[in-house]
Amino acid sequence: MTAFLEANAELIIILVKIALLVFIVLTANAYLTWFERKVVAHMQSRWGPHRVGPHGLLQPLADGVKFLFKEDPTPAGVDKFVYHMAPLLALSLALTSIAIIPFGPNPLPWKFFGHDIYLGIAPPNLNIGILALFAITALGVYGVALAGWSSNSKYPLLGGLRSSAQMVSYELALTMSVVGVLLMAGSFNLTDIINAQAKHSELGIFGWNIWPQILGFFCFFTAAIAETNRVPFDLPEAESELVAGFHTEYASFKFAMFFIAEYTSMITVSCLCTIMFFGGWLSPFPVSWTFTHYLPSLLLIPSGLWVIWDGMRYETLFGKILLPGVGTAIAGLGIGLILLPGVNEFIQPTFWLLAKILTFLFVYVWMRGTLPRFRYDQLMSFGWKLLLPVSIFNVILTSFVILARMQWGEK
Amino acid sequence: MTPQLVVFFVLAALAVIGAVSLIVQKHPIHSALSLIVVMVALAGLYLLLGAEFVAAVQIIVYGGAIMVLFVFVIMLLNAGVEEHTSISKMAGFPGLLLVLALAGFIGATIARAADTVQSAPQSGMLSSTRDISTKVFTDFVYPFELTSFLILVAILGATVLAQREKN
Repeated sequence: MTAFLEANAELIIILVKIALLVFIVLTANAYLTWFERKVVAHMQSRWGPHRVGPHGLLQPLADGVKFLFKEDPTPAGVDKFVYHMAPLLALSLALTSIAIIPFGPNPLPWKFFGHDIYLGIAPPNLNIGILALFAITALGVYGVALAGWSSNSKYPLLGGLRSSAQMVSYELALTMSVVGVLLMAGSFNLTDIINAQAKHSELGIFGWNIWPQILGFFCFFTAAIAETNRVPFDLPEAESELVAGFHTEYASFKFAMFFIAEYTSMITVSCLCTIMFFGGWLSPFPVSWTFTHYLPSLLLIPSGLWVIWDGMRYETLFGKILLPGVGTAIAGLGIGLILLPGVNEFIQPTFWLLAKILTFLFVYVWMRGTLPRFRYDQLMSFGWKLLLPVSIFNVILTSFVILARMQWGEK
Repeated sequence: MTPQLVVFFVLAALAVIGAVSLIVQKHPIHSALSLIVVMVALAGLYLLLGAEFVAAVQIIVYGGAIMVLFVFVIMLLNAGVEEHTSISKMAGFPGLLLVLALAGFIGATIARAADTVQSAPQSGMLSSTRDISTKVFTDFVYPFELTSFLILVAILGATVLAQREKN
């Protein structure tokens, strides 16, 4: 048994990591729907989900069960093979893209038969990191387009057409807008891109790519929202004109697969924004401010205490038990981090990465609660006439600045 | 059988099956999908040879951009199932001969070159993107620039055609 483990150690590490990541991402997806419904509800002065479990926290679970047990009719006249393949394609590509993201710079403190365990599935020295991500997202359009076509129905077909035109148009701007970052880092590797931002480590937040690449960030984030078909670019599923767009004819778990794919790509885009423009796992404070390493625990303990207090005054018995339990766990985690400085140091990068990703997810939801949808011609002229020229201008500007620095600047 | 060889045979089989299915399928969308399978399998083969950059670009350009346009146009025109006519003898007989001749030619070339041409090392070594770009922008800069000029001409031509219809 030990010999078998030793011989296949690398394979086993990767398989375990894949299983863990899929579990984490699916759970995160489920709670992202809860988060979105809650935030949008409060923006519109409503309560949002609040019946299933305390604060509606078990709503995602109920939704999942509902999706699994709903009837799943196949409409007449669909192209059977493509109709069944489209949601699978969408989901698997969305999940694959997250495998490229590195979640921390250091391997775990313990080894598995002499192999380092890094956070993230792709090897940290993957040379084509960002290109591999673009390759996977480039294929993502087929899920939507084929779902629309194979449904044998007018609205999905229009949704699929819109989506393929939109994704082809915005992919150009998306790719051009990161060229500036790539020029500054001199590498496609995501870890290298983060490390390039750590060069001026005493500057903290001001050393990140967001300042010199503010144009690139604007183009990237806008194009990425369009690529993920989210508000204000959600024309492929515009419910006021197209019923539900490309997934009108899908029900039950096949619909859920499109849903999960959309939310997973939201997470991927947030990861990418964080890594390329906001310093990835770098702390926003200068490196010499070591006291900021206690920030995670200082945030965890009060929020844990707040959850306990909130649970005490909760009306139902279930909430009175569940919420204080969760709160104790959160506060305990915070206290544990103070007591174990080694662990505290280790989780610093991952803490900042997750905090930034969460911020971007909030921005996504915020926009959904605020912005109206584009008209189709506005969408096209915005992509081609504004985003693309601006991102090309950004590439030219960045190259000139880098060239000037190489000629005359500090080296 | 090394793991690389297993992956190679799986990808090669996928590419061949996709290519055959591209011709055999009756619906244009199914043919387009088969072509995408071929493209992706080819990208996998490039990756196996250590050409990471080429593999990624293969998927981005062919799988992502060009095939999306194919699928888009097929969907837009709503092209239906093709009718297969029975192959005429005129086309069938010379076609078969041509296939045999071509297969023999390719086989002979491979057999002749098998000793001299070295297969790419399967050491897991990856060529860096920096090397490729240095080559493209120094040794091959004229072919590279000429290609981009050609594409520019094609874009201008398309614009002129589109404008003429309006006037």
